[in-house]
Amino acid sequence: MLGYTIRRLLATIPVIGMVALFVFSLLYLTPGDPAAVIAGDIATVDDIERIRQKLGLDQPFLTRFLVWASAVLQGDLGISIFTNLPVTQLIGQRVGPTLSLALCTLIVAVAVAVPMGVVGAWKAGKLVDRLVMLFSVAGFSMPVFVLAYVLIYLFAVDLDWLPVQGYAPLRDGFWAWLRHLILPSIALGTIYIALIARITRAAMLEVLAQDYVRTAHAKGLAPSAVLLGHALKNAAVPIVTIIGIGVALLISGVVVTESVFAIPGIGRLTVDAILRRDYPIIQGVILLFSTVYVLVNLVVDLSYRFFDPRIQY
Amino acid sequence: MSAMRRGALAALWLMSMLAGGGALIAPAAAQQKTLKFVPEADLRSLDPIWTTAYITRNYGYMVYDTLFAVNEKFEVQPQMVDKWTLSDDKLTYTFVLRDGLKWHDGQPVRSADCIASIERWAKRDALGQKLADLTDAWTPVDDKTFTLRLKRPFSLTLDALAKPSSNVPFIMPERVAKTDAFTQITESIGSGPFKMVKEEWVPGNKVVFVKNTDYQPRKEAPSWASGGKTVKVDRVEWVYIPDSATAAAALNAGEVDWWQMVPPDLVPLLAKNKDIKVENTDPLGSIGLIRFNQLHPPFNNAKMRQALLFLVNQQDYALAIAGDAKQGKPCPSFFTCGSPAESRVGSEVLTGKRDLAKAKQLIQEAGYKGEKIVVLSATDQPIVHSQGLVTTELLKSAGLNVELAANDWGTLINRRAVKEPIEKGGWNIFHTWLVGPDMTNPAINYPMRGVGEKSWFGWPSDAKMEELRNAWFDATDPGQQKQLIDDMQKHAWETVPFIPTAQFVIPTAYRANVSGLLISPVAFLWNVEKK
Repeated sequence: MLGYTIRRLLATIPVIGMVALFVFSLLYLTPGDPAAVIAGDIATVDDIERIRQKLGLDQPFLTRFLVWASAVLQGDLGISIFTNLPVTQLIGQRVGPTLSLALCTLIVAVAVAVPMGVVGAWKAGKLVDRLVMLFSVAGFSMPVFVLAYVLIYLFAVDLDWLPVQGYAPLRDGFWAWLRHLILPSIALGTIYIALIARITRAAMLEVLAQDYVRTAHAKGLAPSAVLLGHALKNAAVPIVTIIGIGVALLISGVVVTESVFAIPGIGRLTVDAILRRDYPIIQGVILLFSTVYVLVNLVVDLSYRFFDPRIQY
Repeated sequence: MSAMRRGALAALWLMSMLAGGGALIAPAAAQQKTLKFVPEADLRSLDPIWTTAYITRNYGYMVYDTLFAVNEKFEVQPQMVDKWTLSDDKLTYTFVLRDGLKWHDGQPVRSADCIASIERWAKRDALGQKLADLTDAWTPVDDKTFTLRLKRPFSLTLDALAKPSSNVPFIMPERVAKTDAFTQITESIGSGPFKMVKEEWVPGNKVVFVKNTDYQPRKEAPSWASGGKTVKVDRVEWVYIPDSATAAAALNAGEVDWWQMVPPDLVPLLAKNKDIKVENTDPLGSIGLIRFNQLHPPFNNAKMRQALLFLVNQQDYALAIAGDAKQGKPCPSFFTCGSPAESRVGSEVLTGKRDLAKAKQLIQEAGYKGEKIVVLSATDQPIVHSQGLVTTELLKSAGLNVELAANDWGTLINRRAVKEPIEKGGWNIFHTWLVGPDMTNPAINYPMRGVGEKSWFGWPSDAKMEELRNAWFDATDPGQQKQLIDDMQKHAWETVPFIPTAQFVIPTAYRANVSGLLISPVAFLWNVEKK
């Protein structure tokens, strides 16, 4: 297990390296010029060129990549072209809100979706199951931003129960922190709930048809003990897998959710950086996202053994 | 390390991240009067000389002050300057600073600071460069007095020092102003009415300012950027909300106090709320424009550009941009309507009956052979994109072969700098808009310049236009200056460096408990009260 973990961790290095090269190349080829954005509408071509020189944007691809890559290897993600602040500082400012949103969403999603899927499978073909399926289809079909606007209108503007936008760190109080996250988490979590509920239901249906489940019933175990003690644990591997895969969904959803709810997280940092071609930020954030994604997948793989001891690494 | 200890450390790290990066700063705003303001854009740069972005200009007005400023009558007024004199030969200005001017770090403002700031500004600003060309020397006399010696009389000297829009000649500490004009400054030490709280700045989200208690406002009433800048709140938070619907909801719910720029389609929604006021506080608004690439066919031919004059209906553009006649109106002038430079000479070409036949005739005379015309547009900029759509339809109606190249603004401003023909990534037409103060006289009206490849994008060469502009610089009599402006406009209808599409105002909205907003082309935050 330890050897496998170390091998997997080492394998992330070339993956991250490839991501870095790909991202850098992509941005190099993408039309747009931060110097033109900085110079503003009034600038002349000469002004833009002088700014490009100052920023080193006139250097060849390889030079720029090597300078950036060697800095990254030393833990330096560079300086934002626009704000002149270190990218690590900007990411540090944004980690809290994004982490809060992702955690709340994950908790809400798992807490709602797994029971929904279990109940749906247990009552397969009945009204409850149909409702679970209906919710899954609707939740998966509705764009995050549409649901976000509906929630804002209902719970923030009309009922005035929750704030429209923004983020309050924990230091402002637990309730202040939580109330800013409720609507974004529901908006972002709905699609996630739909996905996990569907997979949970499908996995449970398969497990519930197994002989050992019938045996458990025959032994006179209570339905809850059969469902939770026997079936759910054996259905956990695909559920955990989809939760892991869903992290990618969560990352893309965070971008939209943070924009709509004006949460100063990494998603918005990314969008703003892309729009103004702030290359160091884009590169830094994508590196961070890809590292998180690789590590989440590693954790998911390692967790399989917890749910199914037959799996050996 | 035990598993329990590792878990405890991880939990601690997580808590510190959620708590706001570990910086446990107590919320200072609880007992203070805080104005929450949603600005037009996100503040990205702290250097109003390095960038011409209006949001950085607005930040500059919060933090810095200027030697002179223009009032609502377009008159130059002293601001940091107490007294000034001009020698009889009109070559030497002597400026004396007001008493009590201090930087935010408590140090006094000195003559050397002013000189260094003006010299840095003059390296980036077109009017500043003109002043620099005519400058013999800036000389400090003492800490409060300095002189400007000119090579020859320049009647626009004070107008240059009072320039209201980007780049504004803000005064910075000498050590900051010594920074190369093409390198961004990072400090935020000014002598203006607000101090920026830099440690609370979250780019893309929030900028915090507090009242500068050392600031001594002038005694005159505030008028545009001149007069007494009296701050009536303790703290101002710029809360950037990128999504318009969310910003509207936040204002409706009272989470923010003032939303600077409201998209026209959301005005009716906000107007229904009796606790919200929606107003036009910008007397000059902005001017939309169509810009041609004059390096390549077909718009290197004046007749092609003239043809569009017979097609453009400014009412259509006003409606497309502003969505409402209250916010948009025709402005058939190359200079801002409502400013002293506004001219109606030759405007009939835009205000008369639209004449498709005449346009087609001019296109034929221009020898147009059906070559593709690329119109650049940016879908993330509604003002740009709405103009692009209208122009594309107009060109098609005249039988031209048009391609609307719609992208984002970042791509547009990159592509418009390409001087190559369209086969090599060039362009033929783009649209943008300028704020009213940027077109109030020939000195700053850069789209009218005709200096070839040194001109603004589109690069027209127009020796006569430059001759008229230089004559305007040399003119000392206001009547003569106005005549030259009329002459420039008359000439511009023939050469068509650009076509003004409409003058429009983007309304502002604020909670009813907010008062004291100044009628001004810039959203100034002094004089604003919150009850």
